[in-house]
Amino acid sequence: MGTAYAQQFAAQRPEGPAWLTAIRERAIARFREVGYPTTRNEEWHFTSPAPIAEADFVPMRAATGTLSVEDLGPLLFGEPDWPRLVFVNGRFAPSLSRVDARDGVKAMSLAVALREEPSLLEYHLTRRADIVDPAQVFTAINTALMQDGAVVQVGRGIDAATPIHLLFLSDAAAEDGVCHPRILLVAEPGSRATVIEQHAGAGGERYFTNVVTEAWIGEGATLHHLRLQRESARAFHVGTTAVHQEQDSHFVSFSFATGAALSRINIHTGLHGRGGGATLNGLYMLDGEQHCDHQTRIVHAQPDCYSREVYKGILDGASHGVFNGKVYVHPEAQKTDGKQTNNTLLLSERARIDTKPQLEIFADDVKCTHGATVGRIDETALFYMKSRGIPDREARKLLTYAFAAEVLETIPVDALRDGLERLTLERFTGTPPRA
Amino acid sequence: MIHISELHASVGEKEILKGISLEIAAGEIHAIMGPNGSGKSTLAQVLAGHPGYEVTAGTVTYNGQDLLAMDPEERAQAGVFLAFQYPVEIPGVSNAYFLRSAYNEIRKARGEAEADPLEFLDIVSERLKLVDLDEAMLNRSVNAGFSGGEKKRNEILQLAVLDPRFAILDETDSGLDIDALRIVADGVNRLRRKDNAFLVVTHYQRLLNYIVPDRVHVLVDGRIARSGGKELALELEERGYDWVTAEPVAGV
Repeated sequence: MGTAYAQQFAAQRPEGPAWLTAIRERAIARFREVGYPTTRNEEWHFTSPAPIAEADFVPMRAATGTLSVEDLGPLLFGEPDWPRLVFVNGRFAPSLSRVDARDGVKAMSLAVALREEPSLLEYHLTRRADIVDPAQVFTAINTALMQDGAVVQVGRGIDAATPIHLLFLSDAAAEDGVCHPRILLVAEPGSRATVIEQHAGAGGERYFTNVVTEAWIGEGATLHHLRLQRESARAFHVGTTAVHQEQDSHFVSFSFATGAALSRINIHTGLHGRGGGATLNGLYMLDGEQHCDHQTRIVHAQPDCYSREVYKGILDGASHGVFNGKVYVHPEAQKTDGKQTNNTLLLSERARIDTKPQLEIFADDVKCTHGATVGRIDETALFYMKSRGIPDREARKLLTYAFAAEVLETIPVDALRDGLERLTLERFTGTPPRA
Repeated sequence: MIHISELHASVGEKEILKGISLEIAAGEIHAIMGPNGSGKSTLAQVLAGHPGYEVTAGTVTYNGQDLLAMDPEERAQAGVFLAFQYPVEIPGVSNAYFLRSAYNEIRKARGEAEADPLEFLDIVSERLKLVDLDEAMLNRSVNAGFSGGEKKRNEILQLAVLDPRFAILDETDSGLDIDALRIVADGVNRLRRKDNAFLVVTHYQRLLNYIVPDRVHVLVDGRIARSGGKELALELEERGYDWVTAEPVAGV
């Protein structure tokens, strides 16, 4: 399979500026050199990429073209007039998208951006995501083979009140295919924006999404990034988000993962200026044989920054969750204030979680804490509910939802929070507990 | 209404209830008093169906049904209610949703129509006044961050909304100041009817000044050591529990 990507690279010679071609060549060379990681690589210890490496994925075929705007309904949040860029099987779908020129916010496909915003792309694209680390070889593959994707730039001082939705869909034609979407988010100094990045499958297709998202958050800017992994049940998903934060900037990330047979989600941010903050929250809900691995990395490179992290997992069936939260505090990053929590609710005897905090602190005046809990449904609460007439099954669902609700409540945009609460409930109760 | 006969119950190897017999008729309030560790709370929990206790002998008949054969939720749907000594906090589930789910499950079991959120709000608003709780509490998580007094008043609110036939109050008075105690007692007194019954478990006589029982039973070491009218509670207040233990009496 490793050679398949190299052959594909040689065959397709993607278009683009010379600087990008040079980076693509370095990326494919790096992949040839290091190959796929094995579980001997510490960052892949609990997740073997072998099922992806051994599968014979072909470049994803174009959509069958039958999707209509009406089909998007269940995947949308809030108001239907939110700007959205829709991609089907890795290709931009203008007829499903709605991009209006809102003051100060540019949202376009990567292909268009390469033509219309060459200097923006040269400055940011491929500059945030690491292709050298052997653990990040999927980023190298994406870099070599990326063809389409989304670019969002929020202008200096602009407060983009409306969330921007980037929706990556796969339809039946995606079977046995792979795509490498690339996303670039740029929040210019003093700006504020919310971007939803959603990956969803149509049904039971087996395919591989290998996506990379890069973000640059300028001085005093705030970027909310809500990431939804709702791939088809047989799909594979590797997603890397690499963020660079300037002084006094804020990155607020939420990762919601319920889909795919095997998924690996990397969220990395670097606090490269004083006074910034990163909030990384997430919720994963797995069942059957699903495997989902979150690797977060927060680099505190400068003083006076904070980071907050709450990840929750609900694991049923024989599913396997992995959470690894790294926090690096550089020697100069004094007064760092970090807090990390990972809580898991196991609903079955066969479900498994591997959770590992990893704090590497080289400054002496810092406050960093971490904690992990693994538990089952609280029997006392269960009895309390049953003693009020609520049947066992309903009580269990409600307590499971309640476990998730605590982290869902952190989502600041009402329509998004309500939307994710609804998705969670569909899985556990069927009715909203707030009504 | 409820007939308890020679009830024995254990936790693990330890027998806690050692043969309790008790009969409560509709319209009556009975009080169970006794020293710490005498089995008062165990009796309350066993009647509600707590899975941590094993009934080793005896029967409990509730309106002609075998109560011990029923799941906790079936007991509740049939009109049994336990006001917990330590109400449970459930972060993430609002009081409104919790209470409406319970209310509708009980309505369903009775073959009545379920209430929608607006209808339910009318029902619950009325009852909130009874226990002096603010409507804002409905949007808060069940008991989460509630003071001790608020938790106990929330138990009585649930009692008032769910309208059980047989309610057990497990040390509802513990930890309450005199004002909260009055609110709780007033609530119970107003809910008292000809067709329902209460079993009030308490360590202190104080609550019985406000909720006047028809019968008082003193539990000592898993058995009813003495039963009498409301004056028995006063006598206990005066003479302490040692007096009962020292002077065992046959019969109930």
